[in-house]
Amino acid sequence: MSLPTATIRAGFIPLLDAAPLIVAHEHGFARQEGFELTLSRETSWATIRDRLAVAHLDIAHALAPMPIAANLGIGALPMKLIAPMALGFGGNTVTVSKPLWRAMAEAGATADFDPRIALHALSAVVTQRRTSGRPKLVFGIVHPHSAHRYELAYWLAAGGMIPGHDVELVVLPPPLMAVALESEQIDGFCAGEPWGSVAVKEAHAVIATTGSHIWRSGPEKVLAARANWASDRPERLAALVRAIHRACQWCDVPENGEALCELLARPHYLGQAPELIRPSLLGLLPTGIGPRLRVEGFLNYAARAATFPWTSHALWFLSQMARWGEITITPETIQTARDTYRPDLYRQALAACGIDIPTANAKVEGALPAKTAVGSVAGRLLLGPDGFFDGTKFDPDHLSDYLQVLRAADAT
Amino acid sequence: MADKLIRIVVIDANRIRASIIEEGLRDAGIASVVVIHDMSQVMRRIVEIDPDVVFIDLENPNRDQLEHMFQVSRAVKRPVAMFVDQSDQASIEAAIEAGVSAYIVDGLKKERVQAILDMTISRFHAFDRLRRELDAARSELADRKTIDRAKAILMRTRGLSEPDAYALLRRTAMNQNRRIADIAESLIVAAGLLDQEDET
Repeated sequence: MSLPTATIRAGFIPLLDAAPLIVAHEHGFARQEGFELTLSRETSWATIRDRLAVAHLDIAHALAPMPIAANLGIGALPMKLIAPMALGFGGNTVTVSKPLWRAMAEAGATADFDPRIALHALSAVVTQRRTSGRPKLVFGIVHPHSAHRYELAYWLAAGGMIPGHDVELVVLPPPLMAVALESEQIDGFCAGEPWGSVAVKEAHAVIATTGSHIWRSGPEKVLAARANWASDRPERLAALVRAIHRACQWCDVPENGEALCELLARPHYLGQAPELIRPSLLGLLPTGIGPRLRVEGFLNYAARAATFPWTSHALWFLSQMARWGEITITPETIQTARDTYRPDLYRQALAACGIDIPTANAKVEGALPAKTAVGSVAGRLLLGPDGFFDGTKFDPDHLSDYLQVLRAADAT
Repeated sequence: MADKLIRIVVIDANRIRASIIEEGLRDAGIASVVVIHDMSQVMRRIVEIDPDVVFIDLENPNRDQLEHMFQVSRAVKRPVAMFVDQSDQASIEAAIEAGVSAYIVDGLKKERVQAILDMTISRFHAFDRLRRELDAARSELADRKTIDRAKAILMRTRGLSEPDAYALLRRTAMNQNRRIADIAESLIVAAGLLDQEDET
């Protein structure tokens, strides 16, 4: 008689970056580590959060800022979560309606995802609309505490457009973005693929830029675990981190692309046509005008330490929560954000696996303009390029100074 | 114990369940209950109705949108909290277990809302029970049809009588420790494959 296998209950939203959980289950990485993953597909982040709160789920695919927001008590149901690892970089697009693109093109936008040129054009359109008394542009986001929202808001504000003041942000489920764009309820949106590609196909939209242009090597989703669940079972948590890290590595292997595409397409996972999923897995994005373009580092599961839960990422999200008035920066809120991401648990889990791990827990975002070899456990880790499109560096040790600079710019 | 002053919105794409909830609320003496099915209108309708309590089914993909609206003070006139009392873990668990989420205007007295919440949760459970019974009835019907088809195949190919065909299915199921309907299904699939071979 075999021993009963431990089961870990995991929630996910049908998106490309749920792949690590799905692959860990389907390709036996979970079983190799001595547990079974029970995957539960959910329809909203609110439901993921609720099911974590009442212990229907142990862990979940979560928006990178979500556990920080939960621990800070902002949002509807505060609870204690940790993020022992990230689930990769990138995968988002900023997609605009055809009429908005036309106006942006007249203002000089080029369909090549250049975040500066697109922003300059968008800013000109917003100014024109203001002077001619036309209503504010409306952009869709998937959740207030999402990387999409903070990236989009950062990008807009860098062009002098303050969300809520110069443009409106509304929350919509990603599958409804294309319809909302077509019916002119929104003028643009920021969401994970394949929803930008869907809008290009179904609503004649144009992809203006991508999340990985706005914040290179920016985190997108993390693995969230209930803090109590994790602290009661350190070994199982370590096994989980190892299994999902291996799944991320598997997802990064180009030869596995077709199998990954077929797997994600299945009805109980993403339930989308493989043709829709395949291009974004390859980093091939439609512009909406002309041919598809390859975006280097558009979606990245494991390479360049994409699963490492950088404390600097958590603190950047905190800085943006403060920037948009959701919290104030205090030693306590800084500590809460810092303690949410758990590079220590990541190290413990993966130390003996021969995986290269960064030596530092935090880095200056924007310090690596190109792929660079950095100090690591084995001394051969490639990181970057990282940082923000406007060249402003984020030093997590000088959070208040950073915020002061941003606020001064926002006030002008 | 009529509480006519409380306005409630029920958001549920499942019309049958929504009407079960609505009926329960009306029976409890709540005069103002509005059910919204059409998600494209939901935000505008909520602003118009300005409800005290909003119930939404847990599977609804518009929950994130709804919560954001409650957080942005301009969209709704009064602050909204989730559930009656966030410290009341039992209520939260009961609701989520049942598949419903409740948003309640801050400051509404707990004792006024608790009964409404309890009633809604029990109606969600009642609906779930109904659905399970219906599913069981449907699958029983499907099983019976499958077994009938398998019996017909055995009667045709093996020249068995109907009781003998059934006895054979039952014996095989017992020997293999499987359900009769599963054996019947395997037989139908196998017969289909053999028929195809005959054709080639």
